[in-house]
Amino acid sequence: MRKLLFQNLLRLPLTVAAPSPSAQALAELGAKVDRAARRRLGRSLAIREVDAGSCNGCELEIHALNNAFYDLERFGFHIVASPRHADVLLVTGPVTANMREALERTYVATPDPKWVVAVGDCGRDGGVFAGSYACVGGISTVIPVDLHIPGCPPNPMQLLEGLLALLQAQ
Amino acid sequence: MGANSLQAVLDAGQPVAEHRPWPRVVVTAETWNALAEGLAGGAWTLLGLWGEVSWVHLAAHEFASGFIGVASLPCPNGQFPSVGHRHPPAQRLERTITDLVGLQPVGNPDSRPWLDHGRWPVAHPLGTATPRTEPPPPYPFLLAEGESLHQIPVGPVHAGIIEPGHFRFTANGEAVVRLEERLGYVHKGIESLLSGATLERAARLVGRVSGDSTVAYALAFARAVEAATETTVPDRAHGLRALMAELERIANHCGDIGAICNDAAFALMHAHCAVLRERVLRASAACFGHRLLMDCVIPGGVATDLPTDGINVLRALLAEFRRQLPPLVDLYDNTASLQDRTVGTGFVRPALIQQFGCGGVIGRAGGQAFDARRQPGYPPYEQLEHEVPARTDSDVNGRVWLRISEVQQSLTLVEQILERLPPGPARGELNHPGQACEGMALVEGFRGDVLVWLRLAADGTVVRCHPRDPSWFQWPLLEAAIENNIVADFPLCNKSFNCSYSGHDL
Repeated sequence: MRKLLFQNLLRLPLTVAAPSPSAQALAELGAKVDRAARRRLGRSLAIREVDAGSCNGCELEIHALNNAFYDLERFGFHIVASPRHADVLLVTGPVTANMREALERTYVATPDPKWVVAVGDCGRDGGVFAGSYACVGGISTVIPVDLHIPGCPPNPMQLLEGLLALLQAQ
Repeated sequence: MGANSLQAVLDAGQPVAEHRPWPRVVVTAETWNALAEGLAGGAWTLLGLWGEVSWVHLAAHEFASGFIGVASLPCPNGQFPSVGHRHPPAQRLERTITDLVGLQPVGNPDSRPWLDHGRWPVAHPLGTATPRTEPPPPYPFLLAEGESLHQIPVGPVHAGIIEPGHFRFTANGEAVVRLEERLGYVHKGIESLLSGATLERAARLVGRVSGDSTVAYALAFARAVEAATETTVPDRAHGLRALMAELERIANHCGDIGAICNDAAFALMHAHCAVLRERVLRASAACFGHRLLMDCVIPGGVATDLPTDGINVLRALLAEFRRQLPPLVDLYDNTASLQDRTVGTGFVRPALIQQFGCGGVIGRAGGQAFDARRQPGYPPYEQLEHEVPARTDSDVNGRVWLRISEVQQSLTLVEQILERLPPGPARGELNHPGQACEGMALVEGFRGDVLVWLRLAADGTVVRCHPRDPSWFQWPLLEAAIENNIVADFPLCNKSFNCSYSGHDL
């Protein structure tokens, strides 16, 4: 184990350069993230991920944000285990009827100020599952959404661009 | 072939025309019961059980002979004799048939709904689709009685980046006395969306039944369509499909090995495995245009051929694995504090694994050496040399080692495929039989055997398609694996199973 640790001290990091925040996401956020909230939270945001019926593809790419290449935590984002600790809800899936109440309750359990980021094509409008008896539709039909990051699934770079826009929007 | 072979029992039924590659026969209630009896006796393995408006279908596999067949029982009165009554692995599937289609399994000891939480606007969406207005009924969990027992409800929203499901633990101090799962939270109604879909749309949908197994699902769907339409796929497509399937297997196993260690608080392993996984996804994107390889396998072949530098990208990936994997394997092998958590934890009795016909890593770590790439087998694996690793320890440690062995096998497979990739087109034209036809396929995903059964209309659209995830026969065993383990070891057990919620809930 020591050898493995030493090698990594001597090697250059794998981490990629930070992408610039997505222009589209900045435009969508506009004035939603106000100065007061930003001052209170600083550049540190706690994220709670909620799967509201995804195929688990989005979860795989959200997981990848934490690997050495993307290293989400260098930007001050932390994935947390409870909505009580969260500033941001990262929600995936076409909101299944069976998950609707759980999503609403998770939103209510998250303290203000809070933002909701809808991830993936399903989160935007139900994606390929739109129109099913078992799906309610996009996340915004159930809780207010501040930012959409589309894709099936969005890759980690697209996710980073969206999340950075959330930090920088004034 | 004895008188009581699966084939002999199915020979009593009326064969259905245009069902390929394995036979489907219409049977009487008597034969249906004989099948249930044979499954319960361990002679055959249940591959799937699904319903239509007035039919139930049962797919079974006889390991000794390799025979696979489907039995169909007409249910004019909306009932059928329960298979789960004799053979518990069928119980959740029967509850699902009642939820979705409305047919009643007579004698099923568990009559509670399963996927239906009472929140859909209709009841029996694949059957009568009756509008519903009443509020959802409470769900009665099974009882666990005794002094000083307490319950711990977990989920559906879990404390990590995981899919939703509910776990009801009953514990005595730290030891788990009973775990009961409640699933269905991510039910998306995929089977109803598939009915009437074009092949193109259906392929996209089936490729999203469980995102982590998108290649396995797309491949099973494509093979079922090709079987139904009697389409021959070019050899190069077979090679490229196997390449994608093995990349998917390597990526997921790397993720799982790291995640299991992480749940024992050994983050170093997790960090390195995540880097390996990321390298596979990047190579996949460079070669086929999608990190998870979604929509890359299509009926008739593959959507994109390997670019000119693709072989070099994959050879570089193999070289990276040859450098990075062995030290990680040594690290796992030599870290006693980590093995202290994994050895002996989450043991599943091999008899239970056999009864449930549990496939994939969980099955092969518990003595069930079934691999769909070998039996029934499909191209190009018959031309490739690979072993099917199997163990008998059946605990978390065994499942970690099995994944390590499978990554090593998949690396040699990728190497062989690259060496022998035949030239020629990467996709062919689908046949249009101009009549209704049915097909079925069994494909080995990273989690186990994925089954897809479908019926196509004369115009080539999907009439009915049933994808069955390997998790159906794995989830119930997690309840057994955690028994008498401490609550704190549940994440380890759960991660070592890594069942799909989405694939199960459909």
